[in-house]
Amino acid sequence: MDQIQKRLLEEVADLHEVPQGAYSLRINGQLHGKNDSENITIVKKEDKPGIDIYIRPGTKNESMHIPVILSQSGLKETVYNDFHIGEDCDVTIVAGCGIHNSGSGESEHSGIHAFYLAKNAKLKYVEKHYGEGDGNGKNVMNPTTIVVMDENSYMEMETAQIKGVDSTERSTTATLASGATLIVREKIMTHGEQFAKTDFTVDLNGEDCGAHVVSRSVAKDNSRQSFLSHVRGNNKCSGHTECDAIIMDDAQVIALPQIEANHVDASLIHEAAIGKIAGEQLIKLMTLGLSEQEAEEQIVNGFLK
Amino acid sequence: MLELKNLSYKTEDGKEILRNVSLKIEDRFVAVTGPNGSGKSTLAKLIAGIYTPTSGQILLDGVDITNMSISDRANNGISFAFQQPVRFKGITVKDLISIAAGKKISVSEACQYLSEVGLCAKDYVNREVDGSLSGGELKRIEIAMINVRGTKLSVFDEPEAGIDLWSFNNLIQVFKSMHERTRGTILIISHQERILDIADKIVVIAGGEVTAYGAKNDILPELLGARAGCRFTAKEAQV
Repeated sequence: MDQIQKRLLEEVADLHEVPQGAYSLRINGQLHGKNDSENITIVKKEDKPGIDIYIRPGTKNESMHIPVILSQSGLKETVYNDFHIGEDCDVTIVAGCGIHNSGSGESEHSGIHAFYLAKNAKLKYVEKHYGEGDGNGKNVMNPTTIVVMDENSYMEMETAQIKGVDSTERSTTATLASGATLIVREKIMTHGEQFAKTDFTVDLNGEDCGAHVVSRSVAKDNSRQSFLSHVRGNNKCSGHTECDAIIMDDAQVIALPQIEANHVDASLIHEAAIGKIAGEQLIKLMTLGLSEQEAEEQIVNGFLK
Repeated sequence: MLELKNLSYKTEDGKEILRNVSLKIEDRFVAVTGPNGSGKSTLAKLIAGIYTPTSGQILLDGVDITNMSISDRANNGISFAFQQPVRFKGITVKDLISIAAGKKISVSEACQYLSEVGLCAKDYVNREVDGSLSGGELKRIEIAMINVRGTKLSVFDEPEAGIDLWSFNNLIQVFKSMHERTRGTILIISHQERILDIADKIVVIAGGEVTAYGAKNDILPELLGARAGCRFTAKEAQV
């Protein structure tokens, strides 16, 4: 790994070197290295780029990393990763994609991640997207996430895209069986001429399943954002979708949280709020000695923390 | 010393809120009291720089700060506790106390300031200053922020509002220990007799004007015995 690649790895995965335990590291379109653990097996796909990950039932307190680094300008790739989380597991998966584009070509990574959670499995999935570069080439990331949750499984999904991604279209679909719980926390900041679209579709199929889909975003400069979510209650279930956005400068934010009840005992809530930073928040921090610009940074950083 | 010279303030639609207010404030505790709508909070906001006076001057230790920004006033020794504290999504109590301190502070330091205002620190230090906190809790955090700043002038706009009676003595103790440390002036807008009682001097504002300013022992007895038409509120009654 060169210095740029190491820095990207640190940005997206907080890693300084190849991680301990199970991991798969992809650099510039190639599988750079992978490591199995006793309970986690990673198998390279033969028919298309990507890997299959098998986590043995009953695996507890284990984590794995699957970072992707693109430092070669103009590279475009689509990668298929399938995660099979065994029954009664309690594991963490950290994914992330960092692009350094110093050329004029458009760099693009489209990760298609499918998660299959067996009964009573518990998963925390963390995904961080980051872009940088001094060229004119755009950094594009279009992640697709498919979540299939069996009975009483639990998944927390935290995604963050804070800097340097010029265009993103994120699609997430989830289906939940009885007693399953899905919690999604998304954080996005766009600036310059960037564009970000996120689209969630959640089917609450099983009895007593539930989902919270929460997005916080900040749109600066001339950037544009769209948040779409569609939560369908097809059984006795609870669903909540929320979009909270700060708009600044000449940005545009569209929020379309949609709920659909197809069962009399489906309890569904949606919330959406878009607004500029409240004047009184700026004034409060200025009375503590911050300049207006410093106050704005504190408010934005806190909001996306 | 804070000096206000002929300070007047009119709203954009021309409504006169304060008229020719002149005061020299240099004692330990100065309480500002008066009927609702008399202009007390406006006076505090003029001092903090949130509002700009229509005419008149504000001097801090002889330096004209009338046109100084909110941030510059804060950095020159003025603190202001809001009557209605502001909520922030994602910013924690510890973050706010660190901002107030102007440096990163340790959890134990943050805890010390929170304990002084009667909050069990470990329950609060990592909580977000958002809608999940009650009005009384926010108010205490607001006071802790002013305490941590320890500036030469601290202005409190109705600090007792939303604070239960049980904590009242604590609140007064906070003001006293704040003064011990800063040796500065604490200006408190209040309607509460117990707060007026610790003041060295009391300013009475009614109808946008100072109707009385003097030692507590001269002002308080008359305020407590006040009826409609007493000499402090007469002018407001006529407005």
